[in-house]
Amino acid sequence: MDITSLTIPELRAKLSSGAVSSREVVDQLAARVAAVDPKLKAYLHLDVEKSRSAADVADTKLPLGGVPIAIKDVINVQGDPCTCASKILQGYTAPYDATVITKLREAGAVFFGRTNMDEFAMGSSTENSSWGSTRNPWDLDRIPGGSSGGSAAAVGGHAAFAALGTDTGGSIRQPAALCSCVGVKPTYGRVSRYGLVAFASSLDQIGTFTKTVEEAALLLEIIAGHDPRDNTSIARIVPKYTASLGQGVKGLKLGVPKEYFIEGIDPEVGKAVRAAIDEYKSQGAEIVEVSLPHTPFAVAVYYIIATAEASANLARFDGVRYGKRAQNPKDILDMYGRTRAEGFGAEVKRRIILGTYVLSSGYYDAYYNRAQKVRHMIAEDFRLAFQQCDALLTPTSPTPAFKLGERTQDPLQMYLADIFTIAVNLAGICGVSIPCGFTSNKLPIGLQIIGPKWGEETMFRVAHAYEQATPWRKEKPPI
Amino acid sequence: MADTPSDSIDVTYVADLARLRLSTEEIATFQKQLGDVLGYVSLLKEVDVSHVSLLGDADLKNRLRADEIRPSLTAAEALANAPKQDNNLFVVPKIIE
Repeated sequence: MDITSLTIPELRAKLSSGAVSSREVVDQLAARVAAVDPKLKAYLHLDVEKSRSAADVADTKLPLGGVPIAIKDVINVQGDPCTCASKILQGYTAPYDATVITKLREAGAVFFGRTNMDEFAMGSSTENSSWGSTRNPWDLDRIPGGSSGGSAAAVGGHAAFAALGTDTGGSIRQPAALCSCVGVKPTYGRVSRYGLVAFASSLDQIGTFTKTVEEAALLLEIIAGHDPRDNTSIARIVPKYTASLGQGVKGLKLGVPKEYFIEGIDPEVGKAVRAAIDEYKSQGAEIVEVSLPHTPFAVAVYYIIATAEASANLARFDGVRYGKRAQNPKDILDMYGRTRAEGFGAEVKRRIILGTYVLSSGYYDAYYNRAQKVRHMIAEDFRLAFQQCDALLTPTSPTPAFKLGERTQDPLQMYLADIFTIAVNLAGICGVSIPCGFTSNKLPIGLQIIGPKWGEETMFRVAHAYEQATPWRKEKPPI
Repeated sequence: MADTPSDSIDVTYVADLARLRLSTEEIATFQKQLGDVLGYVSLLKEVDVSHVSLLGDADLKNRLRADEIRPSLTAAEALANAPKQDNNLFVVPKIIE
């Protein structure tokens, strides 16, 4: 029996009945990883013995008792490395658990491996990892998306049951689309960021990668909630998201933003998303066209605000308290300058410089303040759109997975991979990508469902209705 | 953008502000690439933002907590990842002559 293709509820049923032990689950998953990960390169670090020991004491009566979960290498798990795929954090051992990790521990989860990513979550292809690129399980010559490419490739390649990722401008939804998984970016403030290494603090949110919508709802129920250690997390009751599934979409109004169906979108992607919209119509949803007029400015706003925040957040990597330090510094400035030069990769350096520039004296108003104002207008676009509909339907990514190396020399082209996901972060609302078909050469296509602030229940309900009516989740990757 | 003389960027100067030492090749590459990115973001000039105020959300309130001593990392745990430490302190190159 191959258990690695099971969903979490299926796996839990087997664990509860004693058909399989939690140790056997870890062993079988480790065997699958040993077979496929030399090709996928989804994992940066895996201590199978440690996962086995945790599995041995897991209480299978708990909601995730004995279920292995992979963690993006940007979230602290006490005693494990947390390199953010950066040389500057080589050798770092996390001294504490992130709040999401504490919550998963309490739910009985077993931590299984650290997944690859673009360095400090900056990128859309996982090619910016200092430890080498991850491959797409549907075509090993192609990128898995990013920045959470390791988590997406592991779940999409059935080398993880589920994984945590982070989404600052699409870093969960875009790789989920490209690897045929379900990827959730919760509302800003829904999930604690304590213990997440910060990239852009007003945009970052931790979320999930799973094979199905039900599993995503289950995991979010566990990791969401207010945390006194993160004052941007909001004290709102966490609904039972799994209870919102199975209600269908009859009576719901689903908006299709006209700015998201533009020239330049891959024809097969456009066709698959149109077919998904028709499926909703046939299920009884009312489809309404809406407008988000400031959509064309989202990428520009993002690359000012995200880099500004990153330049401040990454100032902490200075070779003093943790991480790498340059050898034989002649003074403190020499130590800072060379430590950061040797420790950071090209994309991180580019973004620190851009962020420092847009915040610098004389440019602050023209760039940063203006971008904040346009950000406000983008959020207002969504607020008005949600007066006309319950959720929005869009493509997740304008193209399927591209080939490795195709965009690495042109940062601007790489940034445009996120044109359909970035505005959701700027507005602080929620979004999910679910599989909605394949191209003729069998590359996954994702459908994005966007909900308003705290609209996760509707978002999951809409996602589930489509998922249950379509065969995509049953397709197995060729790897 | 109204008060920006041009969309040029002096990478050498900004890298120094960011405490980032770059090679000559990196400076040349970034100068070109960031020039392209700044050219792209200049499309924000088209947006009329005159009516937008950034005074913040009226229903956002400060959330304060009691100033209580709680368990935290020990000095040894906090120092465990330090590149150089001595006597329960982080060690850095001499700053004052």
